[in-house]
Amino acid sequence: MAMVDEPLYPIAVLIDELKNEDIQLRLNSIRRLSTIARALGEERTRKELIPFLSENNDDEDEVLLAMAEELGVFIPYVGGVEHAHVLLPPLETLSTVEETCVRDKAVESLCRIGAQMKENDIVDFFIPVVKRLASGEWFTARVSSCGLFHIAYPSATDPLKTELRTIYGQLCQDDMPMVRRAAASNLGKFAATVEQSHLKTEIMSIFDDLTQDDQDSVRLLAVEGCAALGKLLEPQDCVAHILPVIVNFSQDKSWRVRYMVANQLYELCEAVGPEPTRADLVPAYVRLLRDNEAEVRIAAAGKVTKFCRILSPQLAIQHILPCVKELSSDSSQHVRSALASVIMGMAPVLGKDATIAELLPIFLSLLKDEFPDVRLNIISKLDQVNQVIGIDLLSQSLLPAIVELAEDRHWRVRLAIIEYIPLLASQLGVGFFDDKLGALCMQWLEDKVFSIREAAANNLKRLAEEFGPEWAMQHIIPQVLEKINNPHYLYRMTILQAISLLAPVMGADITCQKLLPVVINSSKDRVPNIKFNVAKVLQSLVPILDQSVVDKTVKPCLVELSEDPDVDVRYYANQALQACDQIMMSS
Amino acid sequence: MNPTDSDDDRPAAAAAADSAAPQQPLEWRFAQVFGERAAGEDVQEVDIISAIEFDKSGDHLATGDRGGRVVLFERTDARDHANRSELERQDVPITRHPEFRYKTEFQSHEPEFDYLKSLEIEEKINKIKWCQSANNALFLLSTNDKTIKYWKVQEKKIKQVSVMTLDTSTVGNGATSRASTSTSVPLPNGGCSEKSDGLNGDLLFPPGGYPSLRLPVVTTSQDVNLAARCRRVYAHAHDYHINSISNNSDGETFISADDLRINLWNLEINSQSFNIVDVKPTNMEDLTEVITCAEFHPTHCNTLAYSSSKGSIRLIDLRQSALCDNHSKIFEEHEAPGARSFFTEIIASISDVKFSRDGRYLLSRDYMTLKLWDLNMDSGPVSTFQVHEHLRPRLCDLYENDSIFDKFECCLSGDGRHVATGSYGNMFRVFGSTTGSTDVTTLEASRNPMRRQMSNPNRPTRGTMTSMARGVRRGGENLGVDANGNSLDFSTKLLHLAWHPTENSIACAAANSLYMYYA
Repeated sequence: MAMVDEPLYPIAVLIDELKNEDIQLRLNSIRRLSTIARALGEERTRKELIPFLSENNDDEDEVLLAMAEELGVFIPYVGGVEHAHVLLPPLETLSTVEETCVRDKAVESLCRIGAQMKENDIVDFFIPVVKRLASGEWFTARVSSCGLFHIAYPSATDPLKTELRTIYGQLCQDDMPMVRRAAASNLGKFAATVEQSHLKTEIMSIFDDLTQDDQDSVRLLAVEGCAALGKLLEPQDCVAHILPVIVNFSQDKSWRVRYMVANQLYELCEAVGPEPTRADLVPAYVRLLRDNEAEVRIAAAGKVTKFCRILSPQLAIQHILPCVKELSSDSSQHVRSALASVIMGMAPVLGKDATIAELLPIFLSLLKDEFPDVRLNIISKLDQVNQVIGIDLLSQSLLPAIVELAEDRHWRVRLAIIEYIPLLASQLGVGFFDDKLGALCMQWLEDKVFSIREAAANNLKRLAEEFGPEWAMQHIIPQVLEKINNPHYLYRMTILQAISLLAPVMGADITCQKLLPVVINSSKDRVPNIKFNVAKVLQSLVPILDQSVVDKTVKPCLVELSEDPDVDVRYYANQALQACDQIMMSS
Repeated sequence: MNPTDSDDDRPAAAAAADSAAPQQPLEWRFAQVFGERAAGEDVQEVDIISAIEFDKSGDHLATGDRGGRVVLFERTDARDHANRSELERQDVPITRHPEFRYKTEFQSHEPEFDYLKSLEIEEKINKIKWCQSANNALFLLSTNDKTIKYWKVQEKKIKQVSVMTLDTSTVGNGATSRASTSTSVPLPNGGCSEKSDGLNGDLLFPPGGYPSLRLPVVTTSQDVNLAARCRRVYAHAHDYHINSISNNSDGETFISADDLRINLWNLEINSQSFNIVDVKPTNMEDLTEVITCAEFHPTHCNTLAYSSSKGSIRLIDLRQSALCDNHSKIFEEHEAPGARSFFTEIIASISDVKFSRDGRYLLSRDYMTLKLWDLNMDSGPVSTFQVHEHLRPRLCDLYENDSIFDKFECCLSGDGRHVATGSYGNMFRVFGSTTGSTDVTTLEASRNPMRRQMSNPNRPTRGTMTSMARGVRRGGENLGVDANGNSLDFSTKLLHLAWHPTENSIACAAANSLYMYYA
């Protein structure tokens, strides 16, 4: 056996580990395939490494996935574009494995390589790969082939082009629904490369077949094709061929197909132009907004803003707005929730008058919705409302909604509303906030759930940042410090946490005069957990405080704690003392 | 029966409905047995077969047992498909019956304990379903009470690394010595120490590379290794026991059903499933009916059927709604008024429901009967076959010893002309299902299936033919019972059986033994 020079030893190990029993080592070697290739040189990479990889493709999916990915960027290591074709065989095999993510990655890499290959190389090497895969015995190969046509087609000669179109047509009629699905979902990409003349004939007939497939799962992928094809066709062709299909789809028996239409419909509006939109697409969309199936209404409601943006305000007010009104009292909370998350976007489209007259009542009713998600979605978009109608109109309804959410029995809802408080504060302004919301913020500090108390402490810090230390000195600090006498140690701990968060915002003076004494006092607490948290807080305060204060007040307290009977208190006290020393030395 | 009369290659479309021509009754013969019990040998609980399933082609058979194992069998007599279909085309008598051999087995499920609910989860395989095969590998789903697993079984040629660049002495010791070498030298195991190993991107390699480096040489031996690998686990979606799983014809989804819910899964996604049927009442005290079995239509991806403990079969259309609380059709037979007894509801419970291969018919099994339903006729079954009528006087005993809750499976032949189901005493019955057929055979799962029947000839009784809608009742009243009716052994029951998809061949389980018959 050849002995390897010392500097080459690591790379020799890397190569050997391509076949190690440990998957992590194999994976590592594959990830560094480019290093191996450079060590071997371009010629040996082509003649040895690539064939080696082609033969050793029965590995774990994880390794195959990494190999598929690496090979996609391997052109420089095999000697440039003129040799790119040597990479096709291993990727061809990888695109036949049964694990979808490996196949997808292999197809992606094939496309990436194919896109760089020269035209005659495509004809000589790439197209044969596509044809082999498309006629593969197992469906996995045929599925993969569908994603390669758009790369192969532009470089093909005319007879080859005809053949490729025919093959694609066959794939769309494959026995296996998986293959038909792959063909349907890649049709848009392929169609974009096909000449206009064939587009209107062959591709459209393929598309028609797919739209009539008896498998729902195929038809709903054809819906996606509608928008893609629609953009490729001339408007009049789009109206003639695509429009009837999408209108049909919007009344499909299967709710999943209608759901897809609801999601895609707005994309088609531009392709068909304003008149057909008004005459056909708006009625179709209105039907979807009133669909029997809640899932369809959810999808449709979620697109209401996007759809309205394409329409003229009159059309939106005349046709869409009545539906929106209905949806705001829909029986499904998810529909209302979807509506609530987008409805604010309609305000700029409708203009101020229509918004106040029509949208505001809907908005207010959603704000009083019995489900917290709906209310939260409205509140989270508050900045958009504010721009249109101003806060005065809102505040009356807003406040009860916020208060109710703040006291919701699900802590996640309470958490969500706390996270919006700083946003609300900045929108509403100090005056409004002081009156109504200040008390709430304090109340959360004594919540039963830790996450809420934690968020409440954080919230106070953000409010202090928003309104400044002076305001905080008046409206936050006294109330917070008062709570340090709470009989329950967990609540006292929250206060300590709040202090450590507030201190940096408040600055050295206030920290020294107001906050520090409270912390020092707490070091006499009877609960060890409080004491070691005092140590932690003191450690965090040290950088803010003056050296003299640290020496006079903080250190003696920590020294005392470091002699505490409790081991944890001693530990954290010592940690804090060390930190003090380090800061001293560095300054 | 003369094999030339075999009608097994008639298209399934020519199924039951239209064939007025009288057909020869099937004559069953013993074909094979696996795991036959020697006289006096005790059956181990874990070895008892709990699921049987043929794959779509009929070339493979899988069984699951209470010990959580899955055993695969493969057909040996018809490996060459082209040849077989050619023979069939030439109308040459097929002289051989399907013959299977043991292929492999693997441990699919292990006993588990649910610590949250303090519940033991048995490893028993409740159902097996075959999936679409790909790249010469077999795929199947197996489930116990809680967890569904997706298996891939593939033959792999054994490969060995014969030459490495580095000292060969380490190769023999495998990974351990290699790992220790690599820790002594700072190597990029896991890529954490990239800077220190001298392999960073700045290192310049000579243009021709280093000739001293070599790739490992791998030799492929002729030995093949059958390996089963669990590809995905679909767990934590069922609060109650899973009673069935079924693949969709779209090749990408399947359902799993427990007592109260049916969930829809994508084969590739195990992190979420969609609830499509939920019969759980808000108050569990209002519970009167549970789901007993669910199956997808063989070709319509949007249709599925599920049966209930009250004896009804509901057909649902997935296109109508995301949550299919409303059925599109219901098949049930109303008991004649006055005939109700304490047992009426118990024996009405459907233990199994199967679609015919063409998807036109549904076969259901309740405790007393087999019923064949036409999907186009929801007023009543097309035919009712009496399986356990002779047990009616003994329902009280059966209730006492819990036998009344036994869940017998049923199956249809590929052409839909026959139906079969199991019974006690390791017996099973095969009925001709075509109109006017009086073909009834009772067989015992043993090497001599007709033994009982010889000693006790079965006289099928013709039912009244007056009303098609009422269906046809037939079948003997004296299945496998001696004159005094006392010889029934309720502990030997034949619950699981499967019909070959294209030929008249039945596989059935008697305790730990798998018996196969052909006609």
